[in-house]
Amino acid sequence: MNAPVNSPKLYDCRDAFAATLERLAAEDETIVAVCNDSVGSSKLGGFKEKFPDRLINVGIAEQNMVGVGAGLANGGRLPYVCGAAPFLTGRSLEQIKADIAYSNANVKLVGISSGMAYGELGPTHHSIEDFAWMRVLPNLPVIAPCDRIETAAAVEWAASYSGPCFLRLSRVGVPDLLPEGHKFELGKANLLRQGSDVTLIANGTLTHRMMKAAEILAERGINARVLNLATVRPIDEAAIIAAANETGAIVTAEEHSVFGGLGSAVAEVVVDHAPVPMKRLGVPGIFAPTGSAEFLLDEFGMAPSAIADAAEALIKRKQA
Amino acid sequence: MEISELERMARQVRLRDLRAVYEAGAGHIGGEMSVIDVLTALYFRVLRIWPDQPKNPERDRFVLSKGHTACALYVTLAKRGFIPEEEISTFLKPHSRLNGHPNCNKVPGVETNTGPLGHGLPVAVGMAKAAKLSGAGYHTYVVTGDGEMQEGSNWEAIMAAAQFGLDNLTLIIDHNRFQQGAALADTNDIAPLRPKLEAFAWEVTEIDGNNMGEVVPALEHRGGRPHCIVAHTNKGHGISFMQDRVDWHHKVPNKEQYEIAVKELSEAL
Repeated sequence: MNAPVNSPKLYDCRDAFAATLERLAAEDETIVAVCNDSVGSSKLGGFKEKFPDRLINVGIAEQNMVGVGAGLANGGRLPYVCGAAPFLTGRSLEQIKADIAYSNANVKLVGISSGMAYGELGPTHHSIEDFAWMRVLPNLPVIAPCDRIETAAAVEWAASYSGPCFLRLSRVGVPDLLPEGHKFELGKANLLRQGSDVTLIANGTLTHRMMKAAEILAERGINARVLNLATVRPIDEAAIIAAANETGAIVTAEEHSVFGGLGSAVAEVVVDHAPVPMKRLGVPGIFAPTGSAEFLLDEFGMAPSAIADAAEALIKRKQA
Repeated sequence: MEISELERMARQVRLRDLRAVYEAGAGHIGGEMSVIDVLTALYFRVLRIWPDQPKNPERDRFVLSKGHTACALYVTLAKRGFIPEEEISTFLKPHSRLNGHPNCNKVPGVETNTGPLGHGLPVAVGMAKAAKLSGAGYHTYVVTGDGEMQEGSNWEAIMAAAQFGLDNLTLIIDHNRFQQGAALADTNDIAPLRPKLEAFAWEVTEIDGNNMGEVVPALEHRGGRPHCIVAHTNKGHGISFMQDRVDWHHKVPNKEQYEIAVKELSEAL
């Protein structure tokens, strides 16, 4: 299946998140939204207007926000705990570990403006460690949708899933990649483009860059497979092993540090089951310089042409 | 249960806790002895609970935020019928449900996992807020240590409880004046606690937390605001050589000390 890659319109996935949550909340009175003063940046204004009693704003207090979420779940509510990803995950990591994951509390953690979405605000506001911090915790699915369609599907799936999860959303515009009506399946990669020479794996804001890179590679006579791997944990081992066996080389790209994120998670599967050459693209273990998310992704070698170059270099290693 | 019966039960809980810590060779006996009167009053008098229905939606919620005193909770839960009393002998043994800090997914009656300090009160605020949203009639109780109140997350939760008008929430601070390494006063002296809680718009009651006649009415009190009980207690209460000695935070009695402690606790029964 070759999905459209040149769709000119870009969408802020927060809008799909907010619209879906409002629709679900209209059907299920147990759904509540918990936030840390971030009504606007979490796009919860509409929710607040429709369900004022069910918008629980704890103020600027992320540790309390996560604990309150766990308590709300204990009391039979279905909380979506929303906050800027760097503060939700970093500030309250121990609460997420003990109160949510270890307690197996039915709380949906929604990290807004993840990655380098707050580009120019600098590394304090970048959330490029959250895959690593979240995916190491048992009981906690980690999900980074690639477009508004997958965002809506994941938000809806979360309501029906009995247990905690972490949804990693961006505010950086992305085109539609998945078909309307797409159903989210936990731990299932989506094959966006078939190919046999190399596999490109990404999620979140990088998936559409991977699709463009595949187009560039096609012009160079290289058939690249593209997998959208929204679920970083539990990871789709079968799709990764098949990609390794059938294409012999894997490139990953992520709006995250190269340490501990999507690329690391894929590499863990590859070294255990099907060792092949890999290239992990991401933030190279530094605090990023000033710039927008789009600028920084290009800066760190994740412009589509640079991804294509990396894939081509990797294929040469495969043949060596 | 009447006050005299509660006092007798608290002694029995102390005796079983002492034996469990002695046999396991580990535990947090000082803070267990200080909090046992509050636990006994809650489980045998105050809490609306059904041991055969530990997840009944109408149950009162109790959170032991000072999770390191789990053994005292396990003994209380066993005496109340949530878990078999003979299971206490597995405390800290390999694969026992009863590890050093309580696990809500393994031990019926435990509501949330605690251990790292400063976690229980925010979760309890969420529980109380959930009741406000759903109209459930349950009350939420949470016990913290006094040293634990040095954790900033507690004060985030204290502000939220007042803002949310949680008159269905009671915080009991086990004010035994000692933390792991030293006296509270020599570490980060947050006493007196009353004016601080009052400044955050809570109602505050101060009691002798080892006097059942004061513990019960304080726990049963209902007002129009979140309620904090500053329970003045003694670390190691009931065992003469442990009382108010910081080294009994997690020290384990030797055979001779164990026998003295058993004798002292038994005399009052």
